[in-house]
Amino acid sequence: MSITLQHISKQFGAFKALDDINLDIPEGELVALLGPSGCGKTTLLRIIAGLEQADQGDVFLKGDNVTDQPVKNRRIGFVFQHYALFRHMTVFDNIAFGLRVKPRKERPGEAQIKDKVHALLQLVQLDWLHDRFPDQLSGGQRQRIALARALAVEPSVLLLDEPFGALDASVRKDLRLWLRHLHHELNVTSIFVTHDQEEAMEVASQIVVLNHGKIEQKGTPSEIYDQPQSDFVSRFIGQTNVFHIEGDEQHWLKSTGIIVDEPKGTVAHVRPHNIDVEKVTDATNSRVFLKDWQHLGGTIRLELNRDGHNGSGSTIYAEMPNEQFRELALHKGDRVALRIKHAHWFN
Amino acid sequence: MSAINPGFSHRAKPLTLNDSAWVRHTLVIISLLTIVLFLILPLATVLIEAFAKGWSTYAASLAEPDALAAMRLTLLVAAITVPLTTVFGVSAAWAIARFEFWGKNLLITLIDLPFSVSPVIAGLIYVLIFGAQGWIGPWLSAHDIKVIFAVPGIVLATLFVTFPFVARELIPLMQEIGHEEEEAALSLGANGWQTFFKITVPNIKWGLLYGVLLCNARAMGEFGAVSVVSGHIRGLTNTLPLHVETSYNEYDFVGAFASASLSAGLAVVTLVVKTVLEWKQKQDLKAARQAAAE
Repeated sequence: MSITLQHISKQFGAFKALDDINLDIPEGELVALLGPSGCGKTTLLRIIAGLEQADQGDVFLKGDNVTDQPVKNRRIGFVFQHYALFRHMTVFDNIAFGLRVKPRKERPGEAQIKDKVHALLQLVQLDWLHDRFPDQLSGGQRQRIALARALAVEPSVLLLDEPFGALDASVRKDLRLWLRHLHHELNVTSIFVTHDQEEAMEVASQIVVLNHGKIEQKGTPSEIYDQPQSDFVSRFIGQTNVFHIEGDEQHWLKSTGIIVDEPKGTVAHVRPHNIDVEKVTDATNSRVFLKDWQHLGGTIRLELNRDGHNGSGSTIYAEMPNEQFRELALHKGDRVALRIKHAHWFN
Repeated sequence: MSAINPGFSHRAKPLTLNDSAWVRHTLVIISLLTIVLFLILPLATVLIEAFAKGWSTYAASLAEPDALAAMRLTLLVAAITVPLTTVFGVSAAWAIARFEFWGKNLLITLIDLPFSVSPVIAGLIYVLIFGAQGWIGPWLSAHDIKVIFAVPGIVLATLFVTFPFVARELIPLMQEIGHEEEEAALSLGANGWQTFFKITVPNIKWGLLYGVLLCNARAMGEFGAVSVVSGHIRGLTNTLPLHVETSYNEYDFVGAFASASLSAGLAVVTLVVKTVLEWKQKQDLKAARQAAAE
């Protein structure tokens, strides 16, 4: 195990930021700490780094208990949300900083430092910027310099706090893939914090979903998406239709013609692509109609409503591939029949 | 246009443009007259009086042993108080900007205290504590330690009036700059001192210099507080401002104005450097805000 957390708790006044967190992260993984704001994910990252102290619990890095070690002894690389580049230093000096502050015995010579910094600059493809100051760089460039600076000290663990949070949408997309590929190349155990589930799915090899200071679920992106273990995870990862079997919603379900054979709980979560939509020619057979649809690229999203229900809460979302939608030749207002292919049940 | 949309035109233009030229000129003349009357004229008088009996008399009155002693004492007091105030200011600003602790607001209020207390009262406080009739005066005289009417008293009084200067400059600056760069340095393996000297100091240097400069000007120019504790012993406990007063009271006008011209010169130099530093510090703040906004 590269990182092990045992019984980590942290309280800010009356607010419980982290509540008995236990987590093992194997060597070489790229892990996303995913959760809504205020779920404790950044606090957990800072505790691993040593920038924050846990009230209880232990942190192990590569098997060593580092709970009482200050940040500078932990051999971690930390990339800050706003990069925290040293504004009075050039890009070169920023990256060289970690090498130059080493104790005299371990410090490499200036020539070695120069080679290493340029190698890192080439790794992040920004060698031509070495004599610029941070305020002359774009957001994406700063991000990559911050990463190069963190990698300069050859950390055993790389920690990134909302690495794409402050970037434009287009730059963000590029950098996500770039980070994933860079991780394949370097294979250094990495954790990044994000509130964006799409980002976590796209970049991480493992996702840890946090909510209210607790781990809701941990697994690969496929496990998290296909087998959500809690109501919260199912709602937070991807879009989902929520049907309450008890109460009014049952009628909604029945009257749509959706047959619930054997309910395995009181709440059914159905992903939009797990709903089959068919056109009904005889309008009296169905009370569900197509209210609107949107083109999402490869797929079409359908907004389906029942007669007399126009509130957003009573809209069902379904998705289907482009071609299938074209074949169906559906128009707004058309009557449809629905069939649920797969549901996740919760109580 | 104003007839169509008067509200818009009023908001779009600065207020002064609506005032007549007559009002504008009057305001400018009043300001200029005030500056000439209260700043430039006195400064000129100091120089004219100082050189009234020629360059040699001017030089001689500055080379007089008592004047030299006053200059030495002033420099000594500044040399002691400025570093102490700087250390205090950086520590206080660091604590206030970085940590949440009980009594933080009280500390901020107390830092401002010397600004609101009359310097004479400040001097008097030390007389009441360390003076012959004061709380620990008898103990001090029993151990042959002189505080009041001696250099330690002058240093204490000067410390009291100067200690907010550096802290006041740094607190908003350090709050604005934040903690991230220091955390980054620590995560890269730097120790506390390396972080302080390589990251913190470069980031706050212009604000720090500005505070030190103001503190120095005040330390060298303080009259009230020092006057109460000094005892005006010529050649021993007279600082430069006190020497000006003593000389003037003894009808040594050239001596008084020659010493005053030194103080005035210091003031002018301070003013120029202050303007430069203020500009530099603003650049720092602007950069910090920009970084925070991104």
